Amino acid sequence: MIGKPLRRVEDLPLLLGTGRFAADISLPGQAHLRVVRSPVPHGMLRGVDGRKALSMPGVIGVWSAADLDLGPIGFRMVAFPGMLPYRQPVLAAERVRYVGEPVAIVLADDPYRAEDAADLVELDIESLPPVLDQLQEPAQFDDQNDTEALLHEDGYGDVGAAFAAAPHVVELTVTVGRHTGVPLECRGALADYRPGAGTLDFYGAAKVPHQNRLLLAGLLGLPPQLVVLREAHVGGGFGVRGEVYPEDVLVCWASRLLGRPVKWIEDRNEHLLAANHSRDQVHRIRAAVLADGYITAIDDEFWLDQGAYVRTHAAAVPTLTASMLPGPYQIPAYRVRGHVRLTNKTPAGTYRAPGRYEGTFARERLIDAVASSLGKPAMEIRLSNFISPDQMPYARPMSALGTDLEYDSGDYALLVGKAQARFGLAELEHGLAARRALGEAVGMGCAFFVEKSGLGPYEAVRISVDQSGHIDIITGAGSMGQGFETVITQICAQELGVRPETIRVLHGQTDQIEHAMGAFASRLTVMAGSATLIAAQALREKALAAAARMLEASPRDLELSDGAVRVAGDPDTGISLAQISEALRPDQAARWGLEPSLTADGWHTTDHMCYPYGLHIAVVRVDAGTGQVIAERLLVAYDVGRAVNPMLVEGQIVGGAAQGLGGALLEEFRYDDAGHPQCTTFMDYLLPTRAEMPPVDVLITEDAPSPRNPLGVKGAGEGGTTAMGAAIAAAIDAALGVPLGVKELPVHPEAALRLAKAARRESTSEPGGA
Amino acid sequence: MDGEIAALPAERGPSAQAVTLTINGEPRPLRIEPRVSLLDALREHLGLTGSKKGCDQGTCGACTVWVDGRRALACLTLAVTCEGHEVTTIEGLSAGGELHPMQAAFIDKDAFQCGYCTPGQIMSAVALLDEGHAADDGQIREWMSGNICRCAAYPNIRAAIRAVRDAAGGE
Repeated sequence: MIGKPLRRVEDLPLLLGTGRFAADISLPGQAHLRVVRSPVPHGMLRGVDGRKALSMPGVIGVWSAADLDLGPIGFRMVAFPGMLPYRQPVLAAERVRYVGEPVAIVLADDPYRAEDAADLVELDIESLPPVLDQLQEPAQFDDQNDTEALLHEDGYGDVGAAFAAAPHVVELTVTVGRHTGVPLECRGALADYRPGAGTLDFYGAAKVPHQNRLLLAGLLGLPPQLVVLREAHVGGGFGVRGEVYPEDVLVCWASRLLGRPVKWIEDRNEHLLAANHSRDQVHRIRAAVLADGYITAIDDEFWLDQGAYVRTHAAAVPTLTASMLPGPYQIPAYRVRGHVRLTNKTPAGTYRAPGRYEGTFARERLIDAVASSLGKPAMEIRLSNFISPDQMPYARPMSALGTDLEYDSGDYALLVGKAQARFGLAELEHGLAARRALGEAVGMGCAFFVEKSGLGPYEAVRISVDQSGHIDIITGAGSMGQGFETVITQICAQELGVRPETIRVLHGQTDQIEHAMGAFASRLTVMAGSATLIAAQALREKALAAAARMLEASPRDLELSDGAVRVAGDPDTGISLAQISEALRPDQAARWGLEPSLTADGWHTTDHMCYPYGLHIAVVRVDAGTGQVIAERLLVAYDVGRAVNPMLVEGQIVGGAAQGLGGALLEEFRYDDAGHPQCTTFMDYLLPTRAEMPPVDVLITEDAPSPRNPLGVKGAGEGGTTAMGAAIAAAIDAALGVPLGVKELPVHPEAALRLAKAARRESTSEPGGA
Repeated sequence: MDGEIAALPAERGPSAQAVTLTINGEPRPLRIEPRVSLLDALREHLGLTGSKKGCDQGTCGACTVWVDGRRALACLTLAVTCEGHEVTTIEGLSAGGELHPMQAAFIDKDAFQCGYCTPGQIMSAVALLDEGHAADDGQIREWMSGNICRCAAYPNIRAAIRAVRDAAGGE
């Protein structure tokens, strides 16, 4: 069962149109909330006038910050006290800081009417000049603070000595643009406060319901257990969905105020203005290099455009950028300085491979620069700097997401070799060279990366078997639509020897299980999967002990298969899990001298993450006329430790690769000089469609299982994305014959044309170049 | 033709009007303002939430339904204009509890992850075969390009379309 491409168990409702996403859920008597948003990037808020809106039919009320008694939204992840002044208020009070910032809310009995009325709310805002560039010297944020929310400094070793002694120093400046997850389902929330009972039910939770329950309960001053978050179907997460945003707090606040359910469904325009942006980093990076290509030190300084506020992720992105930047290489000395700077743009958070997409782009471009300056193939530089398998586990004296950064296992060179053989890279390059000789601008680029996954510290699972033999697995970890239920089903089915059809996975409901971390950081299979295995083992022991009493046999002589316990070698003695469950009914169990209920809990706890790795290869063609970069093929080799379901791992890798491609060629939130967002529809913010999606070949290997969990698994959610920007950049360089041409993502057609032109100039001006 | 001016349809609205739509073969009377989109009429007024809203601007394809058997973006179609026409949604695709072959192929080929775009993809994919626009991969790429899948299950969606096409061709 584990290791098999089992077809997904969660598919049917999604195919039949009976899925229940947030917008599909309604409650009797619900009111509809519409957010009035700032139309200007920066200004002093002098007044909010809702009188015209209040005169509209069906309007229940208009509220602004003065009506709220709520603190700012807190942090969920890696936080430094210095970041506290930069938290986002639920509604802007004195100052607006980005276009799209919530300023007021309108509630009405119908969503169309709420939207109409919101248009009539008049905002008196005195505009201020916006800050739009993270490289600009910090400006004033408020009376006490400037716009540099954090200067994160980290590193190890003697970087100064390494550079002083290095025969070569290579440096460059690179930029990754502003883009983000953009799930196809916009956000949505439905809050149901019940006067009298004092309970609050919240539908539309995702990703981290238990963590968000604490944040929401804290803001509202309610005991956490009276706040029940309910995850529905989730139309893609990608890091963005499921954080606590102002709108989540507002529906809860309004429901309590009105004593009736309140529903808010985001539209696409709002989503592109209001949900977390991501990336947008500039790196100035340099390497100290020995004559043979060995890198003795890296010194990196980066500037992150955090947007207008620091949201729930706090310092997660800059600290991950810093700690994961050295990647697969030894790098005996390293220094990093990350500036988190506020601007007047939509606030930023995590997006699939946060910090690693950016840091990998900087580092792998640096490797290409080292190779170019030494006149060696880039792969040779990589191989001579890799951490070797006999150095594993490899501790880098830094921390990542609060854990010690210690790579658990890996054989990077082995993966390179396997990829070269499987994908026929030598022949592929040969073919591309032949096409180039005929005048085509085609090329191949590679980039290597290390990912992190399986963040602890814990996840819990409860398994129970009913009297029909049906099995419920309950976990607070959530599903973002990635096949989570199937993976958990496979692990349980294997351990208990039951058919997958007898299992149901319940997830993301805070009243079903007390504790959970959630669905992020590629942690589900590692953490919830391991907890499932541990719970299933405990349940198995319990079933065997009960069957031993019932069969008057020793547990050692019993085996569990096909949903029944048998005496080994005696197929006729079967006693099913259903019968055992019946025997363990609370009114029956005492007869056997056993604890009631065929139920078991499993906890998986860990202090460390596990570290998968991979090689991304892109083949691109640049259209000489238009500058369009066409990805012809993407190739991904990835070591996942152990694949519970290789079909699902491949799906994750392919989907991740497409998103990496989007960030490299298409997706970008642009702002005009006045700070107005230019990409607020899918006509301006370009997602990869079928037309841009090349074939993706995937090689999954299992050469480095993780010693840190009982399954040996590592995460697969982000490894399709991490190095795709770097690989595509290298491929464009190769296609145009410009070493280190691409220093900025995304590569728009005009940038590719500029590079092509530069290449032509270079080749014609070269003395004796003919 | 001879200077005759065709009678314009009577102006309706802006208040709610009685309208009867034919959805999945059933007459469905409802009262809606003329500005209500077919997508909102289905989702908010008729309880048919299978068709999804990804952009409400005609740019993502998640709301794809059929009007008289042709693909239509329900978010850009006013519900009142569908009177007298047959509207088919994802809920009407699988007759009698049996999956449509395209739905079965989507399971077999792992053609989706989160499933949000899936009803639109399936309505588009089935229509594609009826239109004769699935002869080769290039056609599939072009004629399915209006249906965005952020999980990027595109290669597997194509495999599902091919599988249904080839099975039908082999009959």
